[in-house]
Amino acid sequence: MKLRTALLLLVFWLPLGALAESFDYRLSPYRVADDSYVFIGKTEDFTPANGGNIVNTAFIVTRDGVVVIDTGSTRRYGEQMRQAIAKVTPKPIIKVFNTHHHPDHFLGNQAFKDVPILALPATIAGEQAEGDAFANNVYRMAGDWALGTEPFPANQAVQPGHMTVGGHDLEIIGWGGHTAADMVIFDHTTGVLFAADLVFYNRAATTPHAVLANWFASLDRIQKIPFKVMVPGHGLPVMDNRAIDQTRNYLHWLDRTLRDAARNGAEMTEVLARPIPAEFSEIALVASEYSRSIAHLYRSYEAETLAPASH
Amino acid sequence: MRRLHCLLAAALMLPVLALAEAGDDPLGSPAWLDLKPSFVGNARVVFDDRVKVSGPKIAEDSLNVPVGVRIEGLPDIERVLVVADLNPITKVLEFSPRGALPALYFRMKLQQASPIRALALTKDGIWHAGGIWIDAAGGGCTAPSIGRSNANWTATLNTVQAQAWENDQQSRLKLKIMHPMDTGLAPGIPAFYIEKLSLRDARGHEWMMLKTFEPVSENPVFSFDFVGRTPPGLVLSGHDNNGNLIHAKVAK
Repeated sequence: MKLRTALLLLVFWLPLGALAESFDYRLSPYRVADDSYVFIGKTEDFTPANGGNIVNTAFIVTRDGVVVIDTGSTRRYGEQMRQAIAKVTPKPIIKVFNTHHHPDHFLGNQAFKDVPILALPATIAGEQAEGDAFANNVYRMAGDWALGTEPFPANQAVQPGHMTVGGHDLEIIGWGGHTAADMVIFDHTTGVLFAADLVFYNRAATTPHAVLANWFASLDRIQKIPFKVMVPGHGLPVMDNRAIDQTRNYLHWLDRTLRDAARNGAEMTEVLARPIPAEFSEIALVASEYSRSIAHLYRSYEAETLAPASH
Repeated sequence: MRRLHCLLAAALMLPVLALAEAGDDPLGSPAWLDLKPSFVGNARVVFDDRVKVSGPKIAEDSLNVPVGVRIEGLPDIERVLVVADLNPITKVLEFSPRGALPALYFRMKLQQASPIRALALTKDGIWHAGGIWIDAAGGGCTAPSIGRSNANWTATLNTVQAQAWENDQQSRLKLKIMHPMDTGLAPGIPAFYIEKLSLRDARGHEWMMLKTFEPVSENPVFSFDFVGRTPPGLVLSGHDNNGNLIHAKVAK
């Protein structure tokens, strides 16, 4: 009897397990303006539960076809994004943009191999150099959602400037600070600003390739753009400066904290133990990103405090 | 019937005893019992809260995992051994805080998630152990050093940068030594690492002695703490495993 129960369990366990893992991101486009849609990701880190649906991707339905902005974390995400777009419009996808080279923004490129994929030159270089390591890491963190995901770097370098696509006046802006090259797309026709990862909202900013001085300069310039809607790289779209302010305040605090600590001779493990101010407590992942940022940034602040010793 | 119970109890006792021995490691490391003799021989080890190890929960950069060892309220420390149970090279470094405080901060390479422990030997021959687990994506020990891609790394080899922060109560000396610290585990690159470092004052008195091994990070940074101001005329000296010497004045 016991043996039979065990066998039954064994027989039923496998298909049940497979059902639970249907790898459906349930992508549902959120309309932010005329012709403009966003797939809003969770404000989480990669996990086997979210499969890497942690990023905002977007598309613009123009007269001549669809413009896609970022392709998500995995091959499956890119494929499901395409299916979800097809439910909104029968028009073909005519252009894909990668805003920067981070894995959650471009590892869905495999689903768009038949379309020109545009990125800033430094972004293409980053995708080529780090794509394999990123894909391995996403697989390690998100599990089988990332099965079959391989880097497919952008294949068309784009220079900053205006570009008219299907009646939409798109301004391609090439700034940086979050990475060496961060593309911001301002659709002058709709007033939607796709800020990508120069702006985070209620999700702590990540800094693995950050140069904070450049990031602050980019935020100041973004603030001057007369947008109606801003789509941050992570977190809900907003209609005012609150996401810019939050990103700037957090990064200013981070910059000041690390600089002061280094000037006082603090060691990395001591900086890790410092409390995070209450004003940032509602920002998702702030504790873990603070810890990661120390690993990314602290040694450069520290280097400024050390002087050559004589023999 | 009673006899059967006794037999059963006896049969059950053995594994229970074995578990108690295996379970005495608060970090629950699978390798601890095998490794322990190679670190301390047959000496007695006690797990002691006064031996504090600090570090991140997760190693964001497996090549530079910050670790702090700080021992408070434990007198008569002769030397302190720092080990990573699950690293391909387990021994990280060893230090003897002769006159410096029994504390040391450094960064290390981690190949995978591992317990990081400090084992402090006191004069009575007992080792006092403390430690933490650090999770890691891995790869820290088998990657070539970054400086290798820079053609003139030999020009800065063993040069030292330093800074002291001090007041009348306590002081800290932080220093950085330019060195590839190659583990020998990256293909085609032999082990090349700093082996010994010593801090001596102007009169030749040794304040800290340090033996370092392959897992210490490239261009290592160390922080040392002292009671009161840094000893006058402090000099760092040492050598790597190829016999290259290190010598620098690191405090006033």
